[in-house]
Amino acid sequence: MKLDFEHIQSAHCENGVTANLLRHAGITQINEPLAFGIGSGIFYIHIPFMIVNGGPAISFRTMPGYIFSRTCSALGVKVVRKQFSSRQKAQKFLDECLERGQPAGCQVGVYYLTYFPKEFRFHFNAHNLVVYGKEGDTYLVSDPVMETVTTISAHDLERVRFAQGALAPKGQLYYPLHVNQAVSDERIKRAIIKGIKHASWFMTETPVPILGVNGIKFTASRIRKWRENLGVRKAGLYLAQLVRMGEEIGTGGAGFRFVYAAFLQQAHAYVPKDELLDVSKDFTAIGDLWRNSSVQASGIYKGRITEQQDFNVMSDMLYEIADKEKAAFQKLYKIKW
Amino acid sequence: MKKNEIPQDPSALDKFTKEVCYAVDDKGEYTTGLSRGWQVKADALGITLDEAHNRTVNAREKVASGEASPILFFMELNMMDLPIVAAYTGFWQWTIKRHLKPSVFKELSDKKLAKYAEIFDVSVEELRNFSPENWQV
Repeated sequence: MKLDFEHIQSAHCENGVTANLLRHAGITQINEPLAFGIGSGIFYIHIPFMIVNGGPAISFRTMPGYIFSRTCSALGVKVVRKQFSSRQKAQKFLDECLERGQPAGCQVGVYYLTYFPKEFRFHFNAHNLVVYGKEGDTYLVSDPVMETVTTISAHDLERVRFAQGALAPKGQLYYPLHVNQAVSDERIKRAIIKGIKHASWFMTETPVPILGVNGIKFTASRIRKWRENLGVRKAGLYLAQLVRMGEEIGTGGAGFRFVYAAFLQQAHAYVPKDELLDVSKDFTAIGDLWRNSSVQASGIYKGRITEQQDFNVMSDMLYEIADKEKAAFQKLYKIKW
Repeated sequence: MKKNEIPQDPSALDKFTKEVCYAVDDKGEYTTGLSRGWQVKADALGITLDEAHNRTVNAREKVASGEASPILFFMELNMMDLPIVAAYTGFWQWTIKRHLKPSVFKELSDKKLAKYAEIFDVSVEELRNFSPENWQV
């Protein structure tokens, strides 16, 4: 059985799943940047004392599942979200969804995901994909970071849905409870405002030193100490982790800043505030700064530049980014809607 | 980033897919383009994989010299740490640490080995009669 499902490739997996599922449900205005902005996906956290895959625990994205939930809630769409204790029940529920004609979003781990090449298979459990059909023992999969649709065997799908470790998906499955019903532009407008308010509040107003722009400053201050505390090689690995969190496939590049800039530009069509276009330009510039900082980091982990001075430059680049982001988000925060 | 600046460097992505990037066109409007990869992040991935490779080679030497059980080798080969192995097998972390000792490993039942074999994608036999020279990493 194969459901009629439009696969649109996206930069980030959860944005793509959210946008594709909502479009399937009849909300045709939605695309990746809108889903990302309405769902307030933009984020930064640096959790101290925690090691993930041998590097610092840094994330440019919000918790898995939040983008989908927030986008749906802002659009007034009810959501079905389930976790399972039993693998059989998880598969049965998925099969029932498909029989009802409902494609389902699944949270999966990447490590045992067979259609990923070996190089990209890490123990990362917050990947998302849509299952839109089943033929024999094979599921049809729309993985939004890929150009085309793909397939996975029932055994392998079960394995990735029950991947273990941090953020274990526990068979998590979700879809919007909404069928072929359009949503008005007014509703989208209100959802956009809600998303911007939430993101700009979160990034600048949370009084926690590891969150939002404060978190970026926290990372910047750590980087100054990495060379002395960890040695050049390990400090390089840590910087490589920072770069991968912001740039690796499925992240949208430059820690999602370009996607956010695209969102603000699209938002202007619904909410004609000129500040949105200004701040969109700011975020394009900030994204470029993130890319420059990645180039600097690569100089360090490739061993071309390894003096303390080079770590200081890297650190200063992140301080500059934090200041610019703070200014940009505060402009958004102060808009009189 | 401008659309014509989207990096097109050869990388491991070539085996897989091109990725979507957001960039501005000549008029300053956002649009998407496809990228083959970017050297900067290919290098970041490269040194991370190098590190994993070195750890696996070290683990193989330790197993060969009788300092550790084959479980250590397969843990490193699969980029797993104790919390991950504990989550998959259901053993406590301190139990797994004990299983890393060759003397304890020798006494493990097939049932316990089967749990490790499943997550490492090998057979119980391969685990029990592990020979380091058969595993090129």
